Amino acid sequence: MTTAAADATADATTAEVDANTDANATTDAAAIEHARALLGVSRLTNAALTRWLHGLPGVDQVGCEARAGALGTRSIKSASKAWAIDLAISMIDLTTLEGNDTPGKVRGLAAKALTPDPSDPTTPRPAAVCVYGDMVAIARNTLGDSGVRVAAVATAFPSGRASLAVKLADVADAVNAGADEIDMVIDRGAFLAGDYRTVFDQVVAVKRACGTARLKVIMETGELVTYDNVRRASWLCMLAGADFIKTSTGKISPAATLPVTLVMLEAVRDWRETTGTQIGVKPAGGIRTSKDAVKFLVAVNEVAGPDWLEPHWFRFGASSLLNDLLLQRQRLRIGAYSGADYIADDSPSTAY
Amino acid sequence: MPTFEYAPASESRAVVDIRSTYGLFIGGTFVAGTGGIFTTVNPATEEPLAEIAEASAADVDAAVKAARTAYTRVWSRMSGSDRGKYLFRIARLLQERAREFAVLETLDNGKPIKETRDVDVPLAAAHFFYHAGWADKLEYAALGPDPRPHGVVGQVIPWNFPLLMLAWKIAPALATGNTVVLKPAETTPLTALLFADLCRQADLPPGVVNIVTGAGPTGQAIVDHPGIDKIAFTGSTAVGKMIARSIAGTRRRATLELGGKAANIVFDDAPIDQAIEGIVNGIFFNQGQVCCAGSRLLVQESIADTVIKRLQRRLATLRVGDPLDKNTDVGAINSRRQLDRITELSAAGEAEGALRWDSGCPLPDKGFWFRPTVFTGVAQTHRIAQEEIFGPVLSVLTFRTPGEAVAKANNTAYGLSAGVWTEKGSRILWMADQLRAGVVWANTFNRFDPASPFGGYKESGYGREGGRHGLAAYVVTGEGA
Repeated sequence: MTTAAADATADATTAEVDANTDANATTDAAAIEHARALLGVSRLTNAALTRWLHGLPGVDQVGCEARAGALGTRSIKSASKAWAIDLAISMIDLTTLEGNDTPGKVRGLAAKALTPDPSDPTTPRPAAVCVYGDMVAIARNTLGDSGVRVAAVATAFPSGRASLAVKLADVADAVNAGADEIDMVIDRGAFLAGDYRTVFDQVVAVKRACGTARLKVIMETGELVTYDNVRRASWLCMLAGADFIKTSTGKISPAATLPVTLVMLEAVRDWRETTGTQIGVKPAGGIRTSKDAVKFLVAVNEVAGPDWLEPHWFRFGASSLLNDLLLQRQRLRIGAYSGADYIADDSPSTAY
Repeated sequence: MPTFEYAPASESRAVVDIRSTYGLFIGGTFVAGTGGIFTTVNPATEEPLAEIAEASAADVDAAVKAARTAYTRVWSRMSGSDRGKYLFRIARLLQERAREFAVLETLDNGKPIKETRDVDVPLAAAHFFYHAGWADKLEYAALGPDPRPHGVVGQVIPWNFPLLMLAWKIAPALATGNTVVLKPAETTPLTALLFADLCRQADLPPGVVNIVTGAGPTGQAIVDHPGIDKIAFTGSTAVGKMIARSIAGTRRRATLELGGKAANIVFDDAPIDQAIEGIVNGIFFNQGQVCCAGSRLLVQESIADTVIKRLQRRLATLRVGDPLDKNTDVGAINSRRQLDRITELSAAGEAEGALRWDSGCPLPDKGFWFRPTVFTGVAQTHRIAQEEIFGPVLSVLTFRTPGEAVAKANNTAYGLSAGVWTEKGSRILWMADQLRAGVVWANTFNRFDPASPFGGYKESGYGREGGRHGLAAYVVTGEGA
């Protein structure tokens, strides 16, 4: 698609969406105005977005992976390890996103979030339970006002291949059912075709549909492939109003790698420096061990900075990670590995 | 909000067994020297580690004789494939005893365990593996017709990478059939002496490797010895010039790897986050005590402010302290003498009007320490832009055009290395062609590989180490010699 054609399509989509209500149009116009001011352009065309995104400094793959590797060699021991494990637990979005999810499964997961380790009531709770939109009410019912949030994936997760109207209805359903947070996916097809305006407009529209719910935007970095793309997608999503940028759906491999997360941490750091607004980061998928989680926390600490070291600004999208963290936590407490039989769970892990 | 404090993660000292005294390794055994003794200290604590024999001229003579005997009777008669077997064995033993070498190197040198563990020791083993493979293929290395060893090689190495420089020297010498007399630096003799123990463990024939410890006079005795066929030296340009004068008019040959004042050149289209890492790695790796360190940052004026701001932010996260802690990024300066030199040149930088910055991080009470330091507003005429500081001190200069970058980069008596940071491939190739430096890194810095030749232009010395070019320095070909 040519840039002009992409602009035309984007404008048409925007027009269609904006036709809904005047209020919506005002909200979107404000988002566009904000973006125009930041880019310093009179019209937020696809060409303007392209110039801006392609003007960001490149990422050298070898150097980026070397830096991630170096951060991974930090040796976190004793008291700092205990602190990091508790922090990691409190940052988990405990997730189940399967076709065979049932109310029972979701209730079990929510109960696990409320009492991660029945043998030790001092264990912190995960930040949220993350489910499909139709399971939000069930999770909400169990979690109540415990403080553990309900996050819902929406916008035709995981592929995102549906009309914007369907995506917005998906979001509205989840929000109405009581979701505190929405995890949307970007249109990777549009992004890879260079149609940045469409990606921008969809994030703006979904953000509006979220109301007070926080919006996490999944870029599916495994499909964007290059670190340059990850950096551009991160800035594009932040420009469009994402509260969080998130790596992956967990359905595509590779998912959350440390170098990809490093590029995103650089993006939120530089974004705050540019605009004064702090944005969260959520690596999701493929982080299974405490050792890995600690490496990510080291990267957060040394790249974005200590301001991001709290659940409001950094999350892990994970399912089995929690049990490994609990196992390590028990080991620090009793001085020996207990084993899977001592980690209570509805879907017990057999890994250890 | 609590911050992420990393608890101390100290590597255990128990793995090394440091003797109270060490003799000289001559003819396959440790012998008492006839010279004096000196003490080697841990630069991070100033604690004495061991007393070391200082080799006299007579001791050097004994070592050269042992090397000559080993050369004529054993090593020159051995097939290349058999020499290769010994080198492979040494390489494997270095890997097996990697932790021991890493801890000992950190204790004696002051560099962080992270670097000895991940760089010095693995690269030293890699050099032995690489050259082991060449030992029986020298005729096919395109060195010229009938490549033959020189005979006995005298080797003098510096204190900044004690074991790695030993490997760079000994591996090609042995692969090509020479025997060696090697002198480690007086402040860092311990890993060379542990390597002597490893040679015995590998059953290397006695006299093939001889280690004589000592300071300048011992080195001079090696250089002046008529039984030495070739000198290989890594160290300061001043000493290199003395060696060149000493051997002028004799049949002895030399390769000299000397100082540097490398330019690390950052263009406005550079991958900025990786460039910052490259600048840090270029000048603060090994406390900047690296001959090819990127000690002059040449940054395009249009991005100078943002680069300096990002660099300062990054330097604030560097962890300076106990070298044995696995989380330490920057360790101790190797000696009081070197610390004094760094302090003196930094003071000169301030006096000449450059703006000095460091992170103000706390330093240990005892030992030799210097904070990672950045000078901005530096001009080519300042001493800190011309003289090799050999410490964690970066001089920042700016340029406007690629031509100006090249002119400034080449405007030095040295020519060992350079770095170029840009996303534009054609500019990298053009810059590499224009820069008068033996090594040009593109979008990286301080990367080493045994297959890649290393050496300098101008006052950075002559001859190459590593790769086929490095082999060439250890053989004579055709009718020669």
